[in-house]
Amino acid sequence: MTRDQLLELGWILPSIAIPTSMLVALLVTAFGMGIHVPSYTGVIDPRLAAQTPPFDQPGLRQVGPDQYQAVLLAQIWYFQPREIRVPVGAQVEFVATSQDVIHGLRIQGTNVNLMLIPGQVARASARFARPGEYLFVCHEYCGVAHHTMAGKIIVEPR
Amino acid sequence: MSMRLERLVGAYLAVAIAAIGIGMFLGLLQALEHAGIDLYPLLQPLIRSYYQGLTLHGVLNVLVWTTFFICGFLLFITSRALDRPLVGLSLAKGAFWLMMLGLLLTVWAMLSNEATVLFTFYPPLRAHPAFYLGLTLIVVGTWLITATLVMTYRAWRREHPTERTPLAAFAALVTFVMWTIASMGIAAEMLFLNLPWSLGLLPDTNPLLARTLFWFTGHPIVYFWLLPAYISWYTLVPRQAGGKLFSDPMARVAFLLFLVLSVPVGLHHQFTDPGIGSSWKMLHALFTFALFFPSLLTFFNVVASLENAGRARGGRGWLGWILRLPWDDPVLVPQLLAMVLFVFGGIGGLVNASLEVNLAVHNTAWIVGHFHLTVGAAVTLTFMGISYWLVPLLAGRRLWNARLALVQAWLWFIGMALFSHALHRLGLLDMPRRTAIGSAPYVLPEWQTWLPLVAIGGTILFVSGMLYLLNLALTVTVAPCEAPADVQFAQAVAPADQAPAILDRWRPWLVLAAVLIVLAYGPTLAHLLATTALDTPPRRVW
Repeated sequence: MTRDQLLELGWILPSIAIPTSMLVALLVTAFGMGIHVPSYTGVIDPRLAAQTPPFDQPGLRQVGPDQYQAVLLAQIWYFQPREIRVPVGAQVEFVATSQDVIHGLRIQGTNVNLMLIPGQVARASARFARPGEYLFVCHEYCGVAHHTMAGKIIVEPR
Repeated sequence: MSMRLERLVGAYLAVAIAAIGIGMFLGLLQALEHAGIDLYPLLQPLIRSYYQGLTLHGVLNVLVWTTFFICGFLLFITSRALDRPLVGLSLAKGAFWLMMLGLLLTVWAMLSNEATVLFTFYPPLRAHPAFYLGLTLIVVGTWLITATLVMTYRAWRREHPTERTPLAAFAALVTFVMWTIASMGIAAEMLFLNLPWSLGLLPDTNPLLARTLFWFTGHPIVYFWLLPAYISWYTLVPRQAGGKLFSDPMARVAFLLFLVLSVPVGLHHQFTDPGIGSSWKMLHALFTFALFFPSLLTFFNVVASLENAGRARGGRGWLGWILRLPWDDPVLVPQLLAMVLFVFGGIGGLVNASLEVNLAVHNTAWIVGHFHLTVGAAVTLTFMGISYWLVPLLAGRRLWNARLALVQAWLWFIGMALFSHALHRLGLLDMPRRTAIGSAPYVLPEWQTWLPLVAIGGTILFVSGMLYLLNLALTVTVAPCEAPADVQFAQAVAPADQAPAILDRWRPWLVLAAVLIVLAYGPTLAHLLATTALDTPPRRVW
């Protein structure tokens, strides 16, 4: 082999190895650590979202010891509810949809990051291990007052 | 004949440069707004909101500046690389006027606040029909450019049946063919959903289907922007730096991989969308990683070419050759700086493509930081470098001030480094993107550290942008008339005739691209058609 061919090979092999090892890391986090991205999680008639359970009663409900479900309904330009209180250590499943345009949901300091698309029910979970206030915001442009659309999760000490 | 081509190319560049001029001004307002300096009241009633300005900024910079520049640049480069006039120059001229009509319709809709929907125009936000029609005409215009390039290539092929296609022309053709395939998504969104819906023929729409069709085109479009920059880096930069291209066959491999892999990756913009299967998202992540490979090939090949140049100029040692590159050349320096920033843009892109890690950054300011390093630096700074030889060549005049061009490039580099660093940090601190943060009631204290840096970086970028416009404006008006040397392509250390014949064939690669697209998108589109409906009413929320 010439020097140039060695150089090429010395570059090509790592160029394959780097993306491949990153892909392995993805598979490990998906199947080993249980971090999932949204998938098929339910459809809904977007015109009737506010009348369809569970979105007819947005808010927090306890579903087991330290297990909660938070139902969020997004619309211009607020979330229902705007404030959620849970005890520290709570495992919360967020179930959310939009009843008008596309909104987003990002909860500070967690893995919850969802698009809220009319007609689609989005789900994600988080465990709140430390007390404090967690901001959640709409992160998709939804009109002139988009920057006012936010809420907070208050994690209370026991 | 040749003069007509140059006038057409000049017209494309003039529109592109005017668009980015306006786009940069709106960008300045956005950056200042983030630091609490709200200048929008001064622009009433022309610009009525942050989001109307943001729509103009996005459309003018990322759609108009890129598309018009690319059409002009690649028509020119193809004709020069094949060393023959274009076949169908009238068609290309028709394309220009069609695109101008489209641009006027789109700009009218945006300026009259009838289309404050951002450049992604996600339904059920419903803009004026002129907005969708205008963008559609611009896309149709690019198809006519593809037709011009294909006809020209065929004519050249008849005249040179056994030769390898010159690299620059081959890569230009790959760019436009890839784009034409990729644009089918947005064409379908416009023709079947947005146009009939905005005209009132369809009462309701399907937001998730529209969004999926948008991103079918919306990721490969970044390669439509990037590949022309690569064409410059491969076929012109080695010579501008004083050396040779390291490997011509390796460059062809990279372009063909982009042809095959650019499209089946769009779902990586929809990792957080419900209603799309996570295993299909995983497949798109896999293809996105595969796309990293031709970019790494490009990195190696271009840096090896620069090393070849640095050593030819007397550079020694592992890194000493870098200092010997012509750091006083206004054409080369912007492109070298573009490459440096692109390293970080590429690394950030891998983060974004990493399925679960994307949850930490999706739709945060991180993404804005990312694409300002890619399209805003790698592509834009390269196009600025190209303008510093192409505009003088078209105008038959000398570049007005080479030193000012160097200052401009460094300012863009510094401004972008500060601006994008701040936005990456803000994204990791969960600050949302596309949001008037200066008016938001929920700004976190930890964001305050970085927001002023957004404004400082943005201001430096704006100053740099104005120096770019000034230099080009004075070049075409008052600079001394002195016809510069015509474009000269780089020779290769490993030349084209070492490339296997399969690298100069089209059918196998197009078939492979089609198979991957059907595999990556077929089941998801079928599932969407089966499970979603035209059930979401339009909204005007601005």
